[in-house]
Amino acid sequence: MGKCCNVGTEQLKSAGAIKKVALVGNPNVGKSVLFNALTGAYVTVSNYPGTSVEVSRGNTLIGNVHWEVVDTPGMYAIHTITEEERVAREILLNEKPDVILHVLDARNLERMLSMTVQLIEAELPVILIVNILDEAERIGLQIDLPLLEKRLGIPVIGAATARKRGIGEIRKAISEYRLSDSPLKVVYGRNLERDILEVQKLMQGKYLFARRALALLLLQQDEEVTGIVREAEGGNFPLLEQKVKEIFFERRESFHLDLSMERREIAREVLRDVVTFPEKDLVTWQEKLSTFSVKPLTGVPLLIVVIYFGLYQFVGVFGAGTLVDIMEGKLFEEHFNPWITGIAVAYIPWETIQELFVGEYGIITLGIRYAVGIILPIVATFFIFFSFLEDTGYFPRLALLVDRVFKRFGMSGRAVIPMVLGFGCDTMATMVTRTLESTRERVIATLLLALAIPCSAQLGVIIGLLSKSPGALFIWGGTMLFLALLVGFLAARVMPGKPPIFYMELPPMRLPQIGNVLTKTYTRMQWYFLEILPLFIIASILLWLGKVTRFFEKLVTVMTPAMGAIGLPKEAAVAFIFGFFRRDYGSAGLYDLQSKGLMDGRQLTVAAVTLTLFIPCVAQFLVMKNERGWKTALGIALFVTVFAWSSGYILNRLLLAVGFA
Amino acid sequence: MKLSEHAEEILEAIWVATEEKGDFCLEIEKTGVSPDDPAYAELTANALVEIREGMICFRPEGKKEGEMTIRRHRLAERLMMDVLNIRGEDGDSKACKFEHLLNEGVDTKICTMLNHPKTCPHGKPIPPGECCEDARSKGDLGIVTLTEFKSGQAGEIAYIQSEDSKKMQKLMAMGVLPGNRITLMQSFPSYIFRVGYSEFAIDSELAREIFIRKEG
Ligand SMILES: Nc1nc2c(ncn2[C@@H]2O[C@H](COP(=O)(O)OP(=O)(O)O)[C@@H](O)[C@H]2O)c(=O)[nH]1
Ligand SMILES: [Zn+2]
Repeated sequence: MGKCCNVGTEQLKSAGAIKKVALVGNPNVGKSVLFNALTGAYVTVSNYPGTSVEVSRGNTLIGNVHWEVVDTPGMYAIHTITEEERVAREILLNEKPDVILHVLDARNLERMLSMTVQLIEAELPVILIVNILDEAERIGLQIDLPLLEKRLGIPVIGAATARKRGIGEIRKAISEYRLSDSPLKVVYGRNLERDILEVQKLMQGKYLFARRALALLLLQQDEEVTGIVREAEGGNFPLLEQKVKEIFFERRESFHLDLSMERREIAREVLRDVVTFPEKDLVTWQEKLSTFSVKPLTGVPLLIVVIYFGLYQFVGVFGAGTLVDIMEGKLFEEHFNPWITGIAVAYIPWETIQELFVGEYGIITLGIRYAVGIILPIVATFFIFFSFLEDTGYFPRLALLVDRVFKRFGMSGRAVIPMVLGFGCDTMATMVTRTLESTRERVIATLLLALAIPCSAQLGVIIGLLSKSPGALFIWGGTMLFLALLVGFLAARVMPGKPPIFYMELPPMRLPQIGNVLTKTYTRMQWYFLEILPLFIIASILLWLGKVTRFFEKLVTVMTPAMGAIGLPKEAAVAFIFGFFRRDYGSAGLYDLQSKGLMDGRQLTVAAVTLTLFIPCVAQFLVMKNERGWKTALGIALFVTVFAWSSGYILNRLLLAVGFA
Repeated sequence: MKLSEHAEEILEAIWVATEEKGDFCLEIEKTGVSPDDPAYAELTANALVEIREGMICFRPEGKKEGEMTIRRHRLAERLMMDVLNIRGEDGDSKACKFEHLLNEGVDTKICTMLNHPKTCPHGKPIPPGECCEDARSKGDLGIVTLTEFKSGQAGEIAYIQSEDSKKMQKLMAMGVLPGNRITLMQSFPSYIFRVGYSEFAIDSELAREIFIRKEG
């Protein structure tokens, strides 16, 4: 122990008094809620080394022992399929937690207990948390927890973590945990037992999981485990591999299925007389709402209502209108900017340096004003809306509603989540595309986010800009929709690879807890600000530099023909240069031009369309590079630039031809 | 009675000619089996056919045997196509080999698994067996895919059939395991089903791979 080399610092800590507890279980069983209830304010969320999967870690003091709490990504079985599951298992394999809390949903004991069986089989230190008891009780399920505990031979605790029920018992169980001396003996059918034994006999290395569990994973052709075993067995491995191949070949058709069925039988046997089902199924209002939201006839109108009130009224009118007026119009323009300008002028003798802070492109008067005055209210309202919707369980339902339509664009319904998030922040949404199954789907989603989905801040500004001319707004909306559909449609045809498949669990619909929604919004805002504020400041500095060195003017001159091609005045180049730093920043630049009366309706429309399509901001580009690699990112950037300009050009011609002004 | 492969092929040829084309007998050259093949002797010895002046005709038992042989052949074709997903010439030639294995109860099992199909992949009728009559009288429609269910219908999962082991494991993780009860909640725009107290949505690709034994 303690010799493990891949987690240096972690290991140092656990050499001291810090012990570790890991939370595992299916998605949506309340792991994060439990995690938040157990840990205090100091939580770190970071990517698991070498992956894009996020893992939260926190600390807690139980008695006088410090515990590190790890919230693992959702997993369905010890044999892993997705990257998330792989990370969850890796935490169990490499970090050797002192206690593992397997959290499951009381209503789905039979299905989820199969994993408890696997954890016990691997001889891991498991405590079973039967969660969401409140809802189970409401529908009339009765669960005999003491009997379950006796049968499993490990501690079993009933909880409703979202109702703060059972937290005390869980803490106590963690601190009192000792490895059970009589855990459930998992026995399969005779043939399977024989096969396991044959493989197990050939294993000689030292492992953190019981050999029996590893033998099963080998037989399931688990690549990662095969790698670990290959290393541990050394020269012995070929013999073992031969045996595994032999057995797998014999049972090739049905090994996974046989194993799952045997495990289900074991779970059923354990649960005999433990669960009493209600005589009649209670149909709750949540279920009624759920049915309502997934039937096209009612679901589509509901979607429109959600978009109208959530996006348009709350984010658009309230966030981008009322709040921006207060923050930017009143707070900055009327009070803060004159005040800070006064100070700067009084204390900084050089005009050039004054300009750096409070000039046309000043860090404070432009950078901070845009970031705090315009972007903050819009993005905050959007994230509140998004987090609220997320916690109701609406997104999976939306996903199934749009799956058929999305398939035409080469994506499964699952992609609706990053797409909606894109209307908040394309950068964050590009990161979320990693939850999609295939590379093909991810690339198409990334492309559409880069090209056609305007982020909330940008949307707010553009709608504000064009709202004075409803015709312009209409043309902009129609063009964007048309181009998005066109590109998606073509991408689905051109991109190689198999069409995606769609499957999704529909968690029950719930009334979100305000605390949870605010916490999520806060975390997202924090991320957003850490990411954008520096960019705004850098942008301001670069723009200032460009201005004082006159490089900027040259660049504008260079871009003049390009602007002219799409019928825009050369000043509009400024907005496009801004645009590279943040898309919304670019739109805000247009806003300035319009207030100076430099553009007419046609020009404004063309500029808005081109700019919305135009290059994603620096941040989004960097994330694209991280997620998809240089080649894809550059390819998309190039395509987007050419496409934006060609579209601007054609639109301008069309509008000129019909005489739109 | 266990006949040789050639004998079965001759029976099939006569059956098609007499039952489907309306001929009375078939010329020996047209059976597709050379006239000096021992299969002819085998058939006459079993009192299934009569051979007169280069023509071969059914005797009553022979007609029955021919019908069952045709049935096995067409069931084999369906099996190749629907379950094993082997099509075209390859499928035909495999079906030809396979049909000879489908006797004594195996055909009944396959017929039930395929939900008592009425036609072969080329649209020709499959003569019904006893199992088909039984099923019809009991109103038992056998096993169908989730895509053939109506909303609200429930049944027991009979088997999952997928070429892709990952897809299969995904389904199993959702609790789609033979023997579990499944209820279809909705079939458009996506399939929503319920197993236990959980609900899942899948597309028709996946829904087609879940086979369910219908309940009443
Ligand atoms: N009624 C009820 N809801 C819960 C309980 N625990 C979690 N939830 C809800 O279940 C949803 C998923 O919880 P979360 O912690 O995000 O699940 P995770 O995916 O396992 O981390 C949230 O909407 C929670 O509010 C519980 O004990 N009772
Ligand atoms: Zn039948």
